[in-house]
Amino acid sequence: MYKQHRSLVELLTAIGLIAAPFILPYLNFAPNTVNRVLVWGLFGIGFDILFGYTGLLSFGQSALYGTGGFVAAYLLTQAGFPHVVLALVIGMVAAAVVGYLVGLIALRRTGIYFAMITVAIAEVFYFVEFNPLSEWTGGENGLPGVPTPTIDLGFFKHHFTTGWSLYPFLAFIYFIGIVIALRIVRSPVGAILTAIRENPLRAAAVGHNIHGYKLTAFVIAAAYAGLAGGLLGVLQAFMPPEAFTFDTSGQLVMQTAIGGRGTLFGPLVGAAVWLYLQDFLQATLGLGAAWKLVLGLVFVLLVCFLRQGIIGGLKDLYRLIFHRGGAEMEAPEESVPAAAMSVGAAATPLPVHHRVAEPAAGPILKANGVSKRYGGLLANSDIDFTVEQGELRGIIGPNGAGKTTFFKMLTCEVEPTSGKIEFAGRDITGMNVTDVCQLGLTKSYQVNQLFTKLTVRENLQIGALADLRGKFRLDLFRNPARIPGLGDQIEHTLELVNLKHRADTPVAQLAYGEKRRLEIGLALATSPSLLLLDEPLAGMSPQERVETVKLLKSIRQGRTMIVIDHDMDALFELAERVTVLQEGRVLTEGTPDEIKGNPAVREAYLGGVLE
Amino acid sequence: MFTWANFVSQMFNGLALGALLALISSGLTIIYGTLGVLNLAHGAMFMLGGYAGYVAFEATGSYIVAVAAGTLFLLVVGIVMERVVIRHFYGRPHEDQLLVTFGLGIVFVEVVRFFFSSLTKTVPAPPMMSGITSLGFMFYPTYRLAVVGIVAVALIVLYIVLYRTKLGMIVRAGIEDSLMVDSLGIDVYKVFMVVFGIGAMAAGFAGIVNAPVVSLTPDVGEAILVQTFVVVVIGGVGSFPGAVLGGLIAGEIISITSMIDPGYAYVMLFAAMTLVLLLRPHGLLGVRGRE
Repeated sequence: MYKQHRSLVELLTAIGLIAAPFILPYLNFAPNTVNRVLVWGLFGIGFDILFGYTGLLSFGQSALYGTGGFVAAYLLTQAGFPHVVLALVIGMVAAAVVGYLVGLIALRRTGIYFAMITVAIAEVFYFVEFNPLSEWTGGENGLPGVPTPTIDLGFFKHHFTTGWSLYPFLAFIYFIGIVIALRIVRSPVGAILTAIRENPLRAAAVGHNIHGYKLTAFVIAAAYAGLAGGLLGVLQAFMPPEAFTFDTSGQLVMQTAIGGRGTLFGPLVGAAVWLYLQDFLQATLGLGAAWKLVLGLVFVLLVCFLRQGIIGGLKDLYRLIFHRGGAEMEAPEESVPAAAMSVGAAATPLPVHHRVAEPAAGPILKANGVSKRYGGLLANSDIDFTVEQGELRGIIGPNGAGKTTFFKMLTCEVEPTSGKIEFAGRDITGMNVTDVCQLGLTKSYQVNQLFTKLTVRENLQIGALADLRGKFRLDLFRNPARIPGLGDQIEHTLELVNLKHRADTPVAQLAYGEKRRLEIGLALATSPSLLLLDEPLAGMSPQERVETVKLLKSIRQGRTMIVIDHDMDALFELAERVTVLQEGRVLTEGTPDEIKGNPAVREAYLGGVLE
Repeated sequence: MFTWANFVSQMFNGLALGALLALISSGLTIIYGTLGVLNLAHGAMFMLGGYAGYVAFEATGSYIVAVAAGTLFLLVVGIVMERVVIRHFYGRPHEDQLLVTFGLGIVFVEVVRFFFSSLTKTVPAPPMMSGITSLGFMFYPTYRLAVVGIVAVALIVLYIVLYRTKLGMIVRAGIEDSLMVDSLGIDVYKVFMVVFGIGAMAAGFAGIVNAPVVSLTPDVGEAILVQTFVVVVIGGVGSFPGAVLGGLIAGEIISITSMIDPGYAYVMLFAAMTLVLLLRPHGLLGVRGRE
């Protein structure tokens, strides 16, 4: 949504922050409430990068909020450190370091395990603050007397105090925070974080070190939390021990969900609603402690009925009003006449990015005695398999012959029980799928593994980024448009798989045949030198099959390909040699003509029917 | 001051807490294992059980009625919650399930606070089990001993339900592969509802049985929830034996550390969890099916 006007969001934020003190008093916002909203909003920016963008729901942010807050407050109140801003920065760095260590533990697991571990972490920090560290943190008394900052530019000196006097300081920091966060989410790293949220397995399979990127998101969230924690002390002139409670984490999660996750501004909106309602319910309606019950109910209803929160709801409303014809415009293209669909025939083949010094001729892939055992089931047994540079190999075999398992071992998704696999002269046995993809070996999946909420172009970008940036790189502030060759590589792939006219359509709105082509495109975007295709024709109409076969022919130049499929006619037309698997073993291997005439193959397929 | 009597007494405390944690964690873990939903309202359910029992006790003065009320009330809460809310979340991402159960937990806590205030409430132990008992070498509060026995019986009942009944077989099969159970023509949604009810009931039962040991506040479930998570991570998600083993380990760690310095109880608990995560990421007795 931010693409067209790159600085518009920043500009609007600045205007909003400047205008707020003139408008909000009329809406019964107390200055102190506005300041608290800013601190929660800042806290939430980092959390939203972690939760909204990367999909990691942490209930442990209070640990980092408290860490940053207490380090800054300790420096300012106990250690006699005079520079408020510097103390805040040190607190932020401390939180980031702690976040890194905590992330190492918490990110060992994903999903609900991750959530549970972060809950435990939050609780541990709370107890550590209260007991072992109470000499430094003041235990249940907290640290009173946190000073507010002064700026001294020589000719201009200003001391921020409380209320509206402190507001410019907090607003300025919030502004910087949002500008940085916007840069991050628009950077290549931001794109990859979204891909991890959508489909972590595929993000790893196209060659991104997802653990590293998750840890990055965790540390970014920790830094924001630490800075916000420090500001809480400044805001209240007191560092409260409650900063460390589990409730703090919970409140952050709820505010983010209320405002809208994955928007960066959601936490700010959520905090404004939350704190405003809290004041309103408590003071105006005299509900006392029941305010939290009302907010809890509001939250549950929002989660049930308005998944993307207030901002998401407003976006939907906007779309409903201004793009009523949207659905018709995006009719699937399946009715397009076949002639217009001449796949990739015109497009020049994508250059292969040779990362490894591959020999010009000779085998690119060698599997020696590869076996895979799942408990009592021997899926693959002692397979010897060699593919020459530039070859187009077909693999056929009845269902259950172990074709997919064999592919999974070649791409290192599963490790063989025994045997050895060599790619481009390198032993890749036991490597992981990410590293193997970085070497130039990847696969398109039998069942589509796409980043469903992203557009076609964004999907291909994820693949191309892995090729152009390597598996891990912290170019957090880089504009993807400035990465040399990225745009070309995406455009080129779009052309090859004939999805140019659908480039900005979200995957969820594509027709099945288009998704299958994108599946191949995603693998192609990593510019592999060896491409495995697991049943690329599965589920396609005869017309689509013809087109896809054309597509496969057009992409093979300079590239080695191995194709599994059940469509014999197509495969015999495509492949130079065909390997037949049966019951986990290589039955035979030869040219299509040899295979066609082989009685053993007929028997394997037709169950020994005599002619 | 270290004495053997003190140490043994703490071991008993650890056993009582551990048994309790084992029971609560079993509820959490079978719900997660079968339905795939991590119930963040589980701590609040523990608390609700205590309060339901408290109300029943105030009305009748009977401990037995209080326990029955706490247990059955949570069975109803669990079934209603599954029918009205959780059911609509099976198809949604894990995060949404976490958010909605977290929100419901807060609603439960705040409803109780609204009606009963934040002041502590007590349910006394029944006269038969109050006072202290001599164990020969030391004296120990009778009710705490009773808790170990009562919870042990509850765990055995749960074991029988899980391992000796048809329902239990379906539940255990569902933990390993719920798709397969579904394709065998079993109405998984009915099973889900029953399992959620049983899981909630386990928490409610633990809540009322524990009420005479520590007095009730609306926030009593929060610490329990966190401890339960550690238990499940240590024991392995979806594993009933894992929950029992993890519960006992966690109970002993908390009690023994508390004897030396209560401030470090959670630190040690967390250290144990980290150790398990590093050495056996799937938990001590984890089932790999559900993940």
